[in-house]
Amino acid sequence: MQGIVDFIVSLNIPLVDEGIARLISHVIFASIIAVAAPASLVILTWLERKIIARIQNRIGPNRAGPFGLLQGFADMVKMFTKEDITPAAADRVPYNIAPGLSVISSIMAFAVIPFAPGFIGAELNVGVLYIIAIGGLGVLAILMGGWASNNKYALLGAFRVVAMLVTYEIPMIIALVIVTMVTGSMSLQDIVAAQSGLNWYAFSMPLVFLIFFIAGVAETGRSPFDLIEAESEIIAGFHTEYSGIKFGMFMIGEYVHMFALAFFTAVLFLGGWQIPFVTSEGYLPVWLEAILGFIALNVKMGLFVFIMMWFRGTLPRFRIDHLLDFCWKFLVPVSIVLMIAVAIVVKLFNPVGLATPGLLLVIGEFFALLIVNVGVGGAALFFVSRAARQGRNKTLRSVTAVDAPAPASK
Amino acid sequence: MTIDLYWWLFVSALLFSLGVYGAISRRNAIGILMSVELILNAVNINFVAFWRYTAPGDVAGQMFALTVIAIAAAEAAVGMAIVIAVYRRTRTVAVEELDILKN
Amino acid sequence: MPDLSTVVLADLVPLELIVFIFFTLCTLLGGAGVVFSRTLFHSALSLILSLFGVAGYYALLSAGFLAVVQLMVYVGAIAILILFAIMFSRSNNQPEKGQANHQWWISLPVTAVLFLILMFVIGSVEWPVSDVAPPDDMVEQLGMAFLGSYLIPFQVIGVLLSVALIGGVILARDRVDTEEM
Repeated sequence: MQGIVDFIVSLNIPLVDEGIARLISHVIFASIIAVAAPASLVILTWLERKIIARIQNRIGPNRAGPFGLLQGFADMVKMFTKEDITPAAADRVPYNIAPGLSVISSIMAFAVIPFAPGFIGAELNVGVLYIIAIGGLGVLAILMGGWASNNKYALLGAFRVVAMLVTYEIPMIIALVIVTMVTGSMSLQDIVAAQSGLNWYAFSMPLVFLIFFIAGVAETGRSPFDLIEAESEIIAGFHTEYSGIKFGMFMIGEYVHMFALAFFTAVLFLGGWQIPFVTSEGYLPVWLEAILGFIALNVKMGLFVFIMMWFRGTLPRFRIDHLLDFCWKFLVPVSIVLMIAVAIVVKLFNPVGLATPGLLLVIGEFFALLIVNVGVGGAALFFVSRAARQGRNKTLRSVTAVDAPAPASK
Repeated sequence: MTIDLYWWLFVSALLFSLGVYGAISRRNAIGILMSVELILNAVNINFVAFWRYTAPGDVAGQMFALTVIAIAAAEAAVGMAIVIAVYRRTRTVAVEELDILKN
Repeated sequence: MPDLSTVVLADLVPLELIVFIFFTLCTLLGGAGVVFSRTLFHSALSLILSLFGVAGYYALLSAGFLAVVQLMVYVGAIAILILFAIMFSRSNNQPEKGQANHQWWISLPVTAVLFLILMFVIGSVEWPVSDVAPPDDMVEQLGMAFLGSYLIPFQVIGVLLSVALIGGVILARDRVDTEEM
């Protein structure tokens, strides 16, 4: 990034100094992202339909172009040419702004992702908080869309979706707080730099990784949490009254959000652009490290996108009360206990006097975090299974109406 | 800093006055709560502007602003809960119709 | 012929002033919208615009952490809470009588006088402006202060938020089965 700024400054255009050169480079990168993110939608829809089709033992789209590659374009053309119906009693301004806001909030999330060493949109030192704030913005778009449609069912759908989104923000935020505690900084650059070597957080904190990923998938509204697009329930949720390109923009917003979540998980837990023992060792030229890092990040992101499509093809949809119970009664207590335990571990292994801990402390911290994660996960599963067994016993006794001779659920 | 401190204080005072007017003369309980949020935001702008221009090395200004944000969140939560509870009982949110204690 | 090669855009155009004017428009138009809007929903949307403007103010005043916290807490939580309350109470019967109650013609001049008094007081004081730059590690200092000299306010905020959470849940609970209290 600095190289591009220096190049623009060296062109010696009048009125342009370092600040304006930085602004120009930011505008260029923002335009690239703002175009590439929705454009990737074209490939993503084709990929999703092919993968789900293969999981369901069929072929998927293969008519529009070779292997159905132009299916995304066909979908786009269909979306653009559909009639744009606006309900007569709808509130004009929020009705029109809501789809745009949804796309805006999804694309804004790409500003803080470190794509390669030195290539980041905005070097915020509060990058993690920025992610959370952007999530809140997307929720607002859904509420506006649901209310402004002037439709009871759209409003009810919007309520359910917002309740789920707001609930699942909590474990996501706590997981982010845990990652911040272990790194010692909220900047995404520092988080990636702290995962050098094999010190990926997915290896040392698998439970936190799982909690973040599950809460993130729920935040995007993908299956199995897809109340939003549950075609068989409540007509079409909050986007009942939207048609044509506005509906398409909601779809774009959802896919780009999925994309952004895959990038975030790769950056926060899988080491971002780090390839263990290759990057940040210093024996490769800078531009080669950048290119290799970018490719590595894309591979990791692709893995998560594939996993999300896998979820959609295999898992059945959850009911709304199951969803909320799962979050409030399992994810939130587990993540709070995990936060306390990780705080204790971090404090134990980073004594105040040392500036850079030695190798023994680093390895010790890795294994201590791993033990804490597995321990808390095991304890949580034990308690949950015991509670489930007691619930089953109670139901069995009340249903059979005689004293059950032996616990049938053992 | 090309902008004087007075500009910030002017905006903050204007927002504060708007909030006070809204809190006094809105008909709806939720509208009154929204005006109170405006007042709290104006106060926050004041705190942060003073922090930046008079004592930027100290944390006190931002600390106050963070505390005010937290208190505003708690107050909004309880206020909305009260509004919803009142609506369930009396089916109205207009404050001039809630006059059981009058006379 | 003046030397044009050393003139930069920041000298010709006051960039900081432009950004300040933009955020001022957001905040003040949003504030006016909250107070003077016809529908409650439009008031809520204007409040959100105003909160965005205030977040921009914080960023302009080099309080970046505060700006993001403002977005997260106010826009991401309080605004959604207000929208929920509006939708639940479904106050569709308001717009006939307007949003201002019967005493608005007194309160408008009173608040105008309040504003003028505030401006007079502000303008007549020589504020001690200092030129020190804010520290780089603001977030760390805030964290240390919360656990150091400002520990008691931190704990009190925690207790306050817990009480508000529990109280909110109890107040807004469905009471169809219990008798009148």
